[in-house]
Amino acid sequence: MNLNLRHAKTGLLGALALCFLVTLFSKFINPYWLYILYDIGINIILAVSLNLINGYTGQFSLGHAGFMAVGAYTAGVITNQFGQLNAFASGGVFLGALLAGGLMAAVAGLLVGIPTLRLKGDYLAIVTLGFGEIIRVILQNVDSVGGARGYSVMHGWTNFFWTFGLAAVTVYVIASLVNSTYGRGFIAVHDDEIAAEAMGINTTKYKVSAFVIGAFFAGIAGGLYAHSKQYITPGGFGFMQSIAFVVMVILGGMGNTVGVILAAILLTLLPEGLRFLAGVQQIPGVAKMYPLSWVGDTRMIIYSLLLIVLMLTRPQGLFAFKKRQR
Amino acid sequence: MTELLQQLINGLALGSILALIALGYTMVYGILRFINFAHGDVFMLGAFAGFYLAPKIATFVPLPSVAGALIIFGLSMVICAALGVLIERLAYKPLRKRPKLTVLITAIGVSLFLEYAGQFFFGASNKKFPDILPTWPVTKVLSLSVNSNQLIVLAVTLLLLLGLRFIVMKTRMGRAMRAVSFNPEAAALMGVNTDVVISFTFALGSALAAAAGILYAINYPSIDPLMGIMPGLKAFVAAVLGGIGNLPGAALGGIIIGVTETLVSGYISSTYRDAIAFAILIVILLVKPSGLLGKKEVEKV
Repeated sequence: MNLNLRHAKTGLLGALALCFLVTLFSKFINPYWLYILYDIGINIILAVSLNLINGYTGQFSLGHAGFMAVGAYTAGVITNQFGQLNAFASGGVFLGALLAGGLMAAVAGLLVGIPTLRLKGDYLAIVTLGFGEIIRVILQNVDSVGGARGYSVMHGWTNFFWTFGLAAVTVYVIASLVNSTYGRGFIAVHDDEIAAEAMGINTTKYKVSAFVIGAFFAGIAGGLYAHSKQYITPGGFGFMQSIAFVVMVILGGMGNTVGVILAAILLTLLPEGLRFLAGVQQIPGVAKMYPLSWVGDTRMIIYSLLLIVLMLTRPQGLFAFKKRQR
Repeated sequence: MTELLQQLINGLALGSILALIALGYTMVYGILRFINFAHGDVFMLGAFAGFYLAPKIATFVPLPSVAGALIIFGLSMVICAALGVLIERLAYKPLRKRPKLTVLITAIGVSLFLEYAGQFFFGASNKKFPDILPTWPVTKVLSLSVNSNQLIVLAVTLLLLLGLRFIVMKTRMGRAMRAVSFNPEAAALMGVNTDVVISFTFALGSALAAAAGILYAINYPSIDPLMGIMPGLKAFVAAVLGGIGNLPGAALGGIIIGVTETLVSGYISSTYRDAIAFAILIVILLVKPSGLLGKKEVEKV
């Protein structure tokens, strides 16, 4: 299922206006839910950008958390150079820092993209995983950003407008890209690389640009993450995190933007829901009536089993309502 | 000079363990052309099998003793071999005709499942692996300290490598394995039962991983359910370094990774230890993607 792009620009502007309005009223939203909303927005950016690499282009990146880390640290270091600013100036600085984080991540994406010219499938997966781990180990050894102890980011500038506004921009850019004449190349690389090459498509260029664009948005998401949590550690960007983003893409259906957005929302809410369930169990009497405490203890086992069962029964993803026309 | 030799010996012991794991990756890849991501976790299960068997064995064979250790080794290898076959039958076999990516994601799922199930059933905290082997006093040769356990690791690895070579080169099943790895369809047409061969490959690889798990636990006696992730990934790198699908290559790759890693943590910085294997991987894939001993595959349409 693809997004209807006829009204895409109107949709984007509408979404931005809506985000701005919600931000004005965000004081009235319970802060706990507000932070979960930020997580949802950030995960949408990450999942949709990873979908360009893994879904549309048919490559397999297991290092998305590494790009996110590059963006998070870059943006955090930049904004930490500034003291207290007024709303207008802080917006400008924040946007600049996010873009810088995205650009640094894009450079990292280029570095990953170049060796991928000759790799496929599982090799590619392991190399991207390796790159992600190398980024993590390097960050652990850079003392000026706190090394393994972590780095604290002074400004909590992430708000509803930036998170969902940028998520909307990400969805718009990637959906427009893959539906453009240029973007058909990504899908051609996905469907049959050899045939695409025979038809005169520069497959190398498409693979590298998928990595660079995907990494750019992952970097932006990293910047948002850093300014939402205000404390980042290299360990938080490990390969388990990368796998979590991959699972979002798979659950949503590779190359299915709407499905991936739904999966990102679902998988962000799921742990909260299970935590809620575990909390309810503490109330006397409830545990006896609904003995569900095992759900909390085994939620990661359920999560991994779900992944296996999904691959065995529904490899096209949960939200694949109809097949792409060929 | 002494320090260098000492590091080399430590590296050799680590490298042999990685080599044993790498063999499992390379055999499965040679036959099915996919990375069994869960292999590192089978290594973890091998160590835990030994951990839970040791008290039971101790009731009728005194531990630490060579006989007791041999029984634990044998039983853990059998348990893990059965587990490897079970994983293959349940998770991978139904997907054999599907795209490779689907199988790869399933393998990641199996790996996560084993890790989380391990944390649930064994507990997430570190456990001390019991002493199952008597340790002899540390040998001092040329002021080098050589741990008896390190010698055991080298000896067991060498024996297992020779055994594996015998199975693959001299037995009927080994010939069938080589045939399936060369061309599965043609082998099936010639009357080779590919399903049995694939199961046997998984059993063999998992048994080697279990042996590696126990050797690892003897040398670094703290085990936990996530211990398989890093050695698993490094062993995969070793398999690629040696040329994936190539048995001597996997052994060689394991030794090279183990030695390099020990040298880097000894002379440069131990914090860079985990990155070095991946750096080697990227370099080798850029320079010689087929690996040190691998043959270049021609892509056919």
